[in-house]
Amino acid sequence: MSNVIGIPVAAPHASTTNSAGRVMAIVMAALAPATLFGFWLYGWPAIYLWLVTVAAATLGEAFCLRLMGRQASPVLFDGSAALTGWLLALSLPPWAPWWIGAFGGLFATVLGKQVFGGLGQNLFNPAMVARVALLISFPVQMTAWIAPLPIFSAAAPGPIDGLLILLKGLPPAFDAVASASLLGFAKTEMSRGIDLLQAMAHAPLQAWYGSRPGSLGETAAWLIAGGGVALMFLRIISWHIPLAMLAGIALPAAILHAVDPARYLDATTHLLSGGAMLGAFFIATDYVTSPNTPRGQLIFGAGCGLLTWIIRTWAGYPEGVAFAVLLMNSLTPIIDSYVKPRIYGRDRKGVALEPGK
Amino acid sequence: MGFFERIFREPRWGVHPDNHKRPAADAPLRVLPPPARLYLPLHQHVGGAARPVVLVGQKVLKGQLLAEAQGNISAPIHAPVSGTVAAIGEVTAPHPSGLGFAAISIDSDGEGRWIETEPALDPFALAPEEIARRTAAAGVVGLGGATFPAAVKFALGKRLAVSTLIVNGGECEPYLSSDDRIMRDHADQVVDGARIVMHAIGAREALVGIEDNKPEAIAAMQKAAAAYPEVKIRPVPARYPMGSDKQLIQTLTGKEVPADARAAEVGVLVHNVSTCAAVHQAIRLGRPLVERIVTINGGAVARPGNIFAPLGTLADELLAFCGLKETPARLILGGPMMGTPLLHGKVPLVKGASGILAFDAREAAVPKAGPCIRCGSCTQACPMGLLPLEMAARIRAGDLDGAVDFALSDCIACGCCAYVCPSHIPLVQYFSHAKGELAARERARLRTEAAKRLAEARLARLARESREKAAAAARRKAERDAAKAKAAARAEGAPA
Amino acid sequence: MLIAIGSLALMGLALGAVLGTAARYLAVEGNAIEAELKDMLPGSQCGQCGYVGCAQAAAALAKGEAAPTLCPPGGKAVAEALAAKLGVKVDLSAVADNGPQLALVAEEICIGCCRCLKACPTDAIVGAAKQIHNVIREACTGCAACVDRCPTAAMSLVPVPVSLQHWVWPKPAPA
Repeated sequence: MSNVIGIPVAAPHASTTNSAGRVMAIVMAALAPATLFGFWLYGWPAIYLWLVTVAAATLGEAFCLRLMGRQASPVLFDGSAALTGWLLALSLPPWAPWWIGAFGGLFATVLGKQVFGGLGQNLFNPAMVARVALLISFPVQMTAWIAPLPIFSAAAPGPIDGLLILLKGLPPAFDAVASASLLGFAKTEMSRGIDLLQAMAHAPLQAWYGSRPGSLGETAAWLIAGGGVALMFLRIISWHIPLAMLAGIALPAAILHAVDPARYLDATTHLLSGGAMLGAFFIATDYVTSPNTPRGQLIFGAGCGLLTWIIRTWAGYPEGVAFAVLLMNSLTPIIDSYVKPRIYGRDRKGVALEPGK
Repeated sequence: MGFFERIFREPRWGVHPDNHKRPAADAPLRVLPPPARLYLPLHQHVGGAARPVVLVGQKVLKGQLLAEAQGNISAPIHAPVSGTVAAIGEVTAPHPSGLGFAAISIDSDGEGRWIETEPALDPFALAPEEIARRTAAAGVVGLGGATFPAAVKFALGKRLAVSTLIVNGGECEPYLSSDDRIMRDHADQVVDGARIVMHAIGAREALVGIEDNKPEAIAAMQKAAAAYPEVKIRPVPARYPMGSDKQLIQTLTGKEVPADARAAEVGVLVHNVSTCAAVHQAIRLGRPLVERIVTINGGAVARPGNIFAPLGTLADELLAFCGLKETPARLILGGPMMGTPLLHGKVPLVKGASGILAFDAREAAVPKAGPCIRCGSCTQACPMGLLPLEMAARIRAGDLDGAVDFALSDCIACGCCAYVCPSHIPLVQYFSHAKGELAARERARLRTEAAKRLAEARLARLARESREKAAAAARRKAERDAAKAKAAARAEGAPA
Repeated sequence: MLIAIGSLALMGLALGAVLGTAARYLAVEGNAIEAELKDMLPGSQCGQCGYVGCAQAAAALAKGEAAPTLCPPGGKAVAEALAAKLGVKVDLSAVADNGPQLALVAEEICIGCCRCLKACPTDAIVGAAKQIHNVIREACTGCAACVDRCPTAAMSLVPVPVSLQHWVWPKPAPA
């Protein structure tokens, strides 16, 4: 007994069983139902695209770590790169060619994350950086939506055909299934001078359970929201950002729709379309790029929502979640420096309280 | 606890670590037979070290004064056994550095003969100043771990007209149960001590805050306090760090202690339950603080529990008394959240030691630290409302002043942030490092200033000396000249 | 085309005028830096840098005649601070930094010659002729001015012992 026991380890001598890897794993589990639904809806090409994107993101991370002379395996094991790839894949058109996924995945982890210094250092959400880069560089491929074609239906491509679609692009035989997302359709019709009251009569089919044209993460809004609510109950995310963001979209949408339904989409359509749900629960809530305090998160979320609605309504793009999140990401340091929690024994400005009170 | 309560009723700060208090808390109190030699450090309290008043070889009785208080904030040390002073030298301090500090060693004669104690009197007939004097003479310090001399706090409370005494039975640190045990076994002493403290500081009521994970202690205390309506037992939610003064005050009274102020300035004073029991011993029985209850716990301990042991017992002897299942992978003095790591077990039991933990390899495993993912868990957990991640990022970059701007000085080092961190960043170590480094810088600055003053004083002295020398030379020359002139005049005048 | 060139030229002129005026009216007095540098130096006037005192060393630093590494008692910390103030890069690896040091008299060798007393810039050594000298720890800056004066090599510098009160937790290793 009484041998010298190593170097001193500072208190606390206990720690949570939580870890960054566990957080990422739970987020992935929460994404899984919606992803599987998307796989079912869009079949093999979507599955392949997802695999390519996740693999490319992971590869990009490993490459950078190797370049810096650090051991890659423990960092890769935390799953953050795979999660980035996953989120990006959910925001892509499901039948996009393989190089969209590969380029996007590499872009996300290399230029969106590792050049900033790796996990925890990036200013912008890597998945959204990649999505915007793809959208601007390859607008045709990034807006080529297809109508749902459930995996076991007769018309759906099998595993081999799916691979061909991924590698060679959409063959002419499948051209019939090309479709527009609802937001894109509304924007196009508006630009043609057709008001929404008439346009919506022949809008793309929207099944209540989420069978609709769109990205993987766009279709099953209720599965995405369910996963998000599960994350809240597990205390992985707090309610502030999702609620503020959804409110930021829904409130202006509801008000202006009430004023002029011919020009403005209603709140429900806004909430259930595009990346609203995915953005609110999984993308804007990214720890690294969002504020740390509840009040800051409310501001951040409301800003994301409002910007999304503004971009959708008045800007050139039909969908604005990615742009909105990136814009608010750039404000995160400012929000964090102005919105701080009140310190015990001090007022909000950091001045010590009066003992008399 | 229901879901509703988890969301709405619990305080928003803090953490909820596994408490590991049982079975040690339920094991009956055991008494350690006094070891052959005890080591009594001179510095077991906040303030100046005590000054020895005994000589090597001198025979002492149990309770005899070994070292007297030195300075305004200090406390005396007494002999925990009867025997002979064997040496006055250095022992390893209960400190992560493993450095030594001065201590008096006593060889026990095994008889445990008490010195003649001061006569027991009705404490409520004594003047508050007399109670403070007797408490100070008995060497009572805060036994919750802060080790601030109790009598100094009495005087402060009296001066600032404190109305409420808060008796801290929170004991929120996992593994520890010494306060729990003293409330279960000696509730009457705690209540009596609390009433004496109330008298000493002039408080009208005493609120005893006990975490609701100690139902037996709450029941025992309620029974003991039944006859005294001014002593109110208040169960509080079990949540770390409920035993921290500021958090307990806020929970019990709703008052917030201003930054850079003392609790007494908002009309409350906090004393630990064990301190109250020690005050009871000092005033009713005239016995100085020479023994305490200490929790021996941890995965490496065979029979964990609470031990009534004389101060100065080596940690190794306490662990041997409880038996070890394996070689401990880590020794900790205090609780796991704020405790001090010990480099070895040859460290004496001091007044502020509420527990000694011997962790097995599983408990001592240190998870590998990763990069901060800015999840904000530390911000949510911080009971002081600080931003640990921002402070640590600045300290990591060497920007200590930046960390100070984020109110590093308000950090109470409770360990909540480092506990919840999913990346297992040793946040508290960052803060301890920065606080130490800032203190060292301040010392260096003062030292440089003092050196400058000394150098300037020396230059002034040299200048003065050379001036004086020159003046003296000039005076001598003038005297010589005058003498010469006189002589010449006399020579001239003589012939005339 | 012409408009573009014209407007750029105009902008250039306007900004240049602003900068020129600012340089004239907001100019900083040249010697302010010297006083700041002097405050950063230990101030014990030990002369180890080769200058008479710290003020002279600061003047030399301000003129760029001396390197920020000139102060041996200051060690790495002072060199770093000076370099940061002067905005220059220094190679700190050359700076010998043994941490804070104290002079110590070897009592069995000291002959009581009083030479070190006179050399000490802070009067930190006490003693009298034919009496063993001693160093007042609180006043000693560890400048080594006394070491060379001792005829019997009884003076040496020892690191300041780490005490319980002065021990600092090490900074955690980067993850």
